[in-house]
Amino acid sequence: MDNLKSKIQLKWLLKMAWRDWRASRKKLYLFIASIVLGISAVVAIQSFGSNLVAKIKTDSKSLMGADYIIDSRQVPSSKLMKIVDSLGFKAREINFASMAFFPKNEGSKLMKVSGYEGTFPIYGAVETQPENAYQSYTTKKGALVDATAMLQFNLVIGDAIKIGKVTLPITGILKSIPGKSAISTSIMPPVFIPFELIHKTGLIQKGSRVEYQYYFKDEKSDMKKLEASLLPVLDLESADIDTHTSAGRQLGQGYSSFGKFLNLVAFTALLLGCLGIASATNIYIKEKKKSIAVLKCIGLTRKQTFLIYLFQIIFIGLLGSIIGTLLGVGLQQLFPILLQDFLPVNVDFLIIPEVIILGLTLGVIMSLVFSLYPLISTWFVTPNQVLRAQETSNRKTKILAFIVGPSIGLTVFLFAFLLLGELIYSIVFLVGILVVFGLIRIVAGVFIKIIKNLFPKKWSFPSRQGLSNLFRPGNQTITLILCIGVGVFLINTLYLAKDTLIGSTSFQKNNNTPNILLLDVQKEDIQAVSKTVKSFNQPVIDQIPVIAMKLHSINGIRATTLKADSTNGIKNWVLDGQFRASYRDSLIDSEILLEGNWIGEVNNPKVIPISLDIGFKKDAKLKLGDHVVFNVQGVLMETEIKSIRRIEWSQMKMNFSVIFPKGALDNAPQTNVITTKAPTDSIAAKMQQTLVIKHPSVTVIDVRSVMVLVENILSKIAWVINFLALFSILTGFIVLIGAVRTSKFQRLQENAMLRTIGATSKMIFKMTAVEYIILGVIGSLSGTTLSVIGAYLLSTYSFRTPFTVSWMPVLLVPLTVSVTVALIGVLNNRKIMKTSPKEILSGN
Amino acid sequence: MASILNIINLKKSFTNGEKVLNILEEINININEKETFSIVGPSGSGKTTLLGLCAGLDNITSGKVELCGVDLSHLNEDERAILRNQKVGFIFQDFQLLPSLTALENVIVPLELQGEKNPEQKGEELLQKVGLGERLGHYPSQLSGGEKQRVAMARAFSNRPTILFADEPTGNLDEESGEKVVNLLLNLNKEAGTTLVIVTHDLELAKKTQKMVILKGGKILKQQVNG
Repeated sequence: MDNLKSKIQLKWLLKMAWRDWRASRKKLYLFIASIVLGISAVVAIQSFGSNLVAKIKTDSKSLMGADYIIDSRQVPSSKLMKIVDSLGFKAREINFASMAFFPKNEGSKLMKVSGYEGTFPIYGAVETQPENAYQSYTTKKGALVDATAMLQFNLVIGDAIKIGKVTLPITGILKSIPGKSAISTSIMPPVFIPFELIHKTGLIQKGSRVEYQYYFKDEKSDMKKLEASLLPVLDLESADIDTHTSAGRQLGQGYSSFGKFLNLVAFTALLLGCLGIASATNIYIKEKKKSIAVLKCIGLTRKQTFLIYLFQIIFIGLLGSIIGTLLGVGLQQLFPILLQDFLPVNVDFLIIPEVIILGLTLGVIMSLVFSLYPLISTWFVTPNQVLRAQETSNRKTKILAFIVGPSIGLTVFLFAFLLLGELIYSIVFLVGILVVFGLIRIVAGVFIKIIKNLFPKKWSFPSRQGLSNLFRPGNQTITLILCIGVGVFLINTLYLAKDTLIGSTSFQKNNNTPNILLLDVQKEDIQAVSKTVKSFNQPVIDQIPVIAMKLHSINGIRATTLKADSTNGIKNWVLDGQFRASYRDSLIDSEILLEGNWIGEVNNPKVIPISLDIGFKKDAKLKLGDHVVFNVQGVLMETEIKSIRRIEWSQMKMNFSVIFPKGALDNAPQTNVITTKAPTDSIAAKMQQTLVIKHPSVTVIDVRSVMVLVENILSKIAWVINFLALFSILTGFIVLIGAVRTSKFQRLQENAMLRTIGATSKMIFKMTAVEYIILGVIGSLSGTTLSVIGAYLLSTYSFRTPFTVSWMPVLLVPLTVSVTVALIGVLNNRKIMKTSPKEILSGN
Repeated sequence: MASILNIINLKKSFTNGEKVLNILEEINININEKETFSIVGPSGSGKTTLLGLCAGLDNITSGKVELCGVDLSHLNEDERAILRNQKVGFIFQDFQLLPSLTALENVIVPLELQGEKNPEQKGEELLQKVGLGERLGHYPSQLSGGEKQRVAMARAFSNRPTILFADEPTGNLDEESGEKVVNLLLNLNKEAGTTLVIVTHDLELAKKTQKMVILKGGKILKQQVNG
């Protein structure tokens, strides 16, 4: 019986919630808009990210063209050949970078030359034009050339391409190759030539950078176990293994930095949405207090009234979540189109149930948690308020804060953890937001005190009235400054961080920035190559020696011994690989000295002082004073770490992890990099042609085309980020409207009273403008100041990028926000101008 | 006749910092079943506070209020709400209709809360009785002051209350509307046999009730039976 009664009661409460919502729904548009924007950003970003990761996972075999690849950067030893033969490779590839020459127009370009033998690719397909060109180019003794290079040099099928000593006809155009994204093929466009002609090019000599790859099909083995068992054996033969699972994982990780930033955008939109919800429900429940008192007066219990409003919040939360989720799912279709050059796979539009559920639950949870304060405050509305207005007592407000504060903190933390995926980041974000909140609260409090104490008594009546509105009883100064300040902080931090990130990857365009790099210049050819460059009236900007070496021992312990000990934490690449070092007497622009002393020059010392990049230092577990012996092409050189540098790799300079002082390696076997700058396309083309003819062993990289391509991609990424940040701005705008509207009802009565006693519309306009402009300025200035600090911390400690202040958000945002706040404030008062004071004062 | 409202030695005070402000003191009133009763006094005499305490809308400081035989100080806020739903009706100076509900919905809320089987039909009948049969679907913002007060009256009588409290029922109305509302109120009350307690500063209205009490400075100045 009781059960039936409570069922009936629940039905009736739902009915009451519906009735109340039906008549008030217009007032909840702000609420719904806040959820829609926050949720759509989250759903769009999460859907896109999940689709990308899923696609990389399913396509990992065709991305690689095999189940696994064994590769070596030196001529395979007989032992390595035995291993790959026993495993049964299906295809093999030999590739190297070389200048290709096009006799038709005497053009030349650095290209990646590959020769395949066997069934390549095992998975996926090489797309060509004509379609069957890949099947026939070996029999026709022709070459397949990258589609962009064909266009760039105005080539057609049938034209010739010269690689080293071999000239071949172009029999097809390469459109796509498994595992190659548009960006990688743009930097070094691929060309396929028959396997048997690879050696005939004459470019495979001792010291050439040639890669030997063996492709395997193995659908049954566990790739992790296979990798673990083969790696130690392959290591000894200077070979490596890449499985499709690890390649997919690495690719996913590569795109995860971009995803992390997008998630930060989503998190910001979500947080702003939460602020929007909080301010919208605050107004809504505030307006409903009288009705709540009436309901209690005619017999509803506290629980019943609470439930009526709780049901409304759940319903609206769900409605907003559904709209937001649908919008987000639609939006995510845009990303693959916008970012197609940047992505390694074609991301399909798939609806991911987990993301849909996430969107729906997130919306309802954020609605509930951020409405908790006004919702619980309904509990404290007494029926006596039908007779006279009463403020909620301090004790009750404290109880409310005690319940709501931790819930909000926990929710923000969980949102951060869900979207950013890292515990420490989530804690830092939560603490950061709390600190920002606390600081802005202090600013607001101090501001009120200052105005009270230094009140300008000589100001005009409207200005004094506007100013005193900021500290009189019932003022909303703290709430508004907090809302505006936190909103501006979130949006501005995002913008500043975005500008720093994008700015750091852009190229510095000054007169001394080289755009043509000449690699593999032998010591004896330096003068001749420099002369060729200078014959075009262009300068030799840098001449950088490059010395190949291997790590032999650290503090007396051999690299092989260190490698066998997996507990020392030294990264394998440090102990395994051959890396390139250089020598010079000074630091360059892209370097900052972090520890120790820079020693620029030595004269035949027994132990050579060297400088390490911080990354190398960490990966090799080294510190100042450690002794490291390097094997420089057979000669062992003992060194001591004397300084540690931080390299800004993003500056597109020739950087080296290990730098020797001048005088230590001058006579070591070396190649050189010469950099120059070609001001126009035609000079660049002519210079390249001449260099290829005169110095065939020199590799020329025209960085201009890479710069254009990377900048193009960066601008697309910036567009996507800007577009998503727009969601945050829109949500911020809603928060602003909500915040200013909170104070509307207070001001409405007062201004109507002032009008009754003779204040003109102009006076009311002026006092409103003064009040809101001051609120906007204080809120947005404190938010902006804190955002500069926030963005600095984010750039330095999270993105590890030097922070640069972009002035547009710093100047424009406070200005725009202040004007907007004043505008909304004045518009709010429009009602007073249009309605008779009697109507407002009588509550109609 | 049985006592419906028995107030014994009631005291209500507020503290403001260290200051204690006595709003009502030494209030002793007894109102019997079906009686009409007025509480009269100038502004600030404590009339509305007394009404709130009688109806259990607020807590007393000391003394005792027995409403329909129940000592209100023994009930918590929710129990008092249930008691109000079952036994009490209200009419306020500023009507206090729920703005998001139509006239009919405002009237039937107390009935629905009681689990009444056909609340719409009863609500319609009541609105017909107060002359608003044509305005069932109108929202309060679409009604005049007099109409709003008539809807409030229909709501007050909808749950067939034992006692009805009216706080300045004509306070927000012009003279003509006020008179109509008072006559309607007294007629409905007579018909329903409800105990009526009116708070007013209007002596003419007070004289239309059987008994009255005059408050001044939070104390009873005079209690009298009207002729």
